[in-house]
Amino acid sequence: MKQIVIISGKGGTGKTVLTASLASLAKEKVMVDCDVDAADLHLLLNPSVKERFEFRSGQTAQLDREKCCECGECIDMCRFDAIGKDFVIDPVSCEGCGLCSRICRYGAVRMEENISGEWFISDTRYGPFVHARLGIAEDNSGKLVSVVRQAAKDIAEKEQKSCILIDGPPGIGCPVIAAITDTDLAVIVTEPTVSGIHDMLRVIDMTGHFQIPARVVINKFDLNLENSEKITEICASRNIEIVGRIPFSAEVSRSLVKAVPFVEYTHDDVTEEIISIWHKMEFIIEEKKSRT
Amino acid sequence: MIISVASGKGGTGKTTIAVNLALSLKNVQFIDCDVEEPNAHLFLKPRIFERIPAYIPIPEVAEDKCDCCGTCQDVCAFNSIAVLPGGIQKDGTVLIFSHLCHGCGACAYLCPRDAIHEIKKTIGIVEKGFSDGIQFVHGKLNIGEAMSPPLIRQVKQHIDPMKSVIIDAPPGTSCPVIESVKGTDYCILVTEPTPFGLNDLILAVEMLKTVGVPFGIILNRYDIGDDCVDLYARENGIPVLMKIPFDRGIASLYSKGLPIIGYKSEYDSEFKKLPGKINTLIKKAKFDT
Ligand code: SF4
Ligand code: SF4
Repeated sequence: MKQIVIISGKGGTGKTVLTASLASLAKEKVMVDCDVDAADLHLLLNPSVKERFEFRSGQTAQLDREKCCECGECIDMCRFDAIGKDFVIDPVSCEGCGLCSRICRYGAVRMEENISGEWFISDTRYGPFVHARLGIAEDNSGKLVSVVRQAAKDIAEKEQKSCILIDGPPGIGCPVIAAITDTDLAVIVTEPTVSGIHDMLRVIDMTGHFQIPARVVINKFDLNLENSEKITEICASRNIEIVGRIPFSAEVSRSLVKAVPFVEYTHDDVTEEIISIWHKMEFIIEEKKSRT
Repeated sequence: MIISVASGKGGTGKTTIAVNLALSLKNVQFIDCDVEEPNAHLFLKPRIFERIPAYIPIPEVAEDKCDCCGTCQDVCAFNSIAVLPGGIQKDGTVLIFSHLCHGCGACAYLCPRDAIHEIKKTIGIVEKGFSDGIQFVHGKLNIGEAMSPPLIRQVKQHIDPMKSVIIDAPPGTSCPVIESVKGTDYCILVTEPTPFGLNDLILAVEMLKTVGVPFGIILNRYDIGDDCVDLYARENGIPVLMKIPFDRGIASLYSKGLPIIGYKSEYDSEFKKLPGKINTLIKKAKFDT
């Protein structure tokens, strides 16, 4: 079983649109949405939730005003400025390190476990889909990513699916690292803008750092041909294959409004390119399989 | 006045709005808090004059004092310490997984042998500069580093309250975003009129309510989708501060790293009006609470 992650560094480059189309094209797969704090893939896959789980993670300090003698030691010790001068703990700032509860001589601070979100196993027309919803203003998106990925892996093994398609989060921080760890292929979706290029370079460095094989897709490549050329040069110099160049099309937004994967919405040059991207990806995974 | 610019969904034009708003203001400071993927410098092209490495404190164990009692492992809420007790033949050791460490200091403070002191670990860099009268600050997280909130906190320490401050937040709704918008007077949420835009906007709105920052919406590329965002804004009484059409000219400027202000004058007056509108809304929000 092979795991493919779609990432982008910069948000809004078309990562989820591509993932949904790949989900429609690929056979025998499990899909996971790892963009847990702004999940969108479910809007295109139309899942019916089969199982729901609480995501418990981390703790938040609770201060008991009855016991508190207002010595102020916790205020001084908390490195996250989570305890105000009025001895009110700001749950958003609290990292849950527990130092305050350990040092309070009056036992006035208690640590309470957080329910920081929910995750789901769903059925879709395209196969099993694992997705999540991080609670509002909650922490630990990296951990939730690991949880949903593990669940997807278990399903894939049980149902003998040959691949897992992962829609990754933007950025390069903790949820992204959790989303790409131990994957077999990272597809980086970029766009021909100076920001797109800048962010792609950071993502390429990150996949390199974690030794994940990477390929690049240029979305809306015809919006700035000069920059697309630049991306091509950069990728050539880094020995990273470009597996697709998707043209700009106003139809993409319309397919979103209709809430269907693009390849099912219409058949045009965008569809053709996405199909060709999938064939190339299949080839890469097959090749890897035969080597291992 | 500190205005943050955020968006649940990435790629909706957050940086474009932040940059052009800054260019329409006087006596302004621009703070880019998207330390994972900072982009504003590509548009403002500041001359950087100061680079300050950003650290978090992580523990280091003095082997000679440590008797492998295991306290540090127990107190660390983030599983970043493992104590391997020694045997008859070999000494025990303490393993520190620095990428998991939040720098809370609990282990160092609570070690009964005083065997832990803290050392600095570089997680990124804060850069300060100037761009045509705009004071500029941003942070860059090191590749492979997971924790962006401490770096965001360090970037925000450079806020100059005597100026109009524009903060460009990262996309999403989780910890890095909260760290960026916290303590700002107003937040502009940039979105687009698609189901993705709406879905992520709703999450961002919930987040801002929790953090207690008043907010309004800028609808970008308002003509590419449907009227879902408009309806949502009306139903929930959220002000729509500005609407920008899909404009190939803007897209082309953006792709080259150029701002709208100074290149497409038809948008000048809209951007100039924004600070005034926001000021009125901040006053109203203060009055309401
Ligand atoms: S648990 Fe840690 S972060 Fe939370 S209030 Fe206590 S000392 Fe501060
Ligand atoms: S400083 Fe806090 S998070 Fe870091 S290792 Fe020590 S107890 Fe754990």
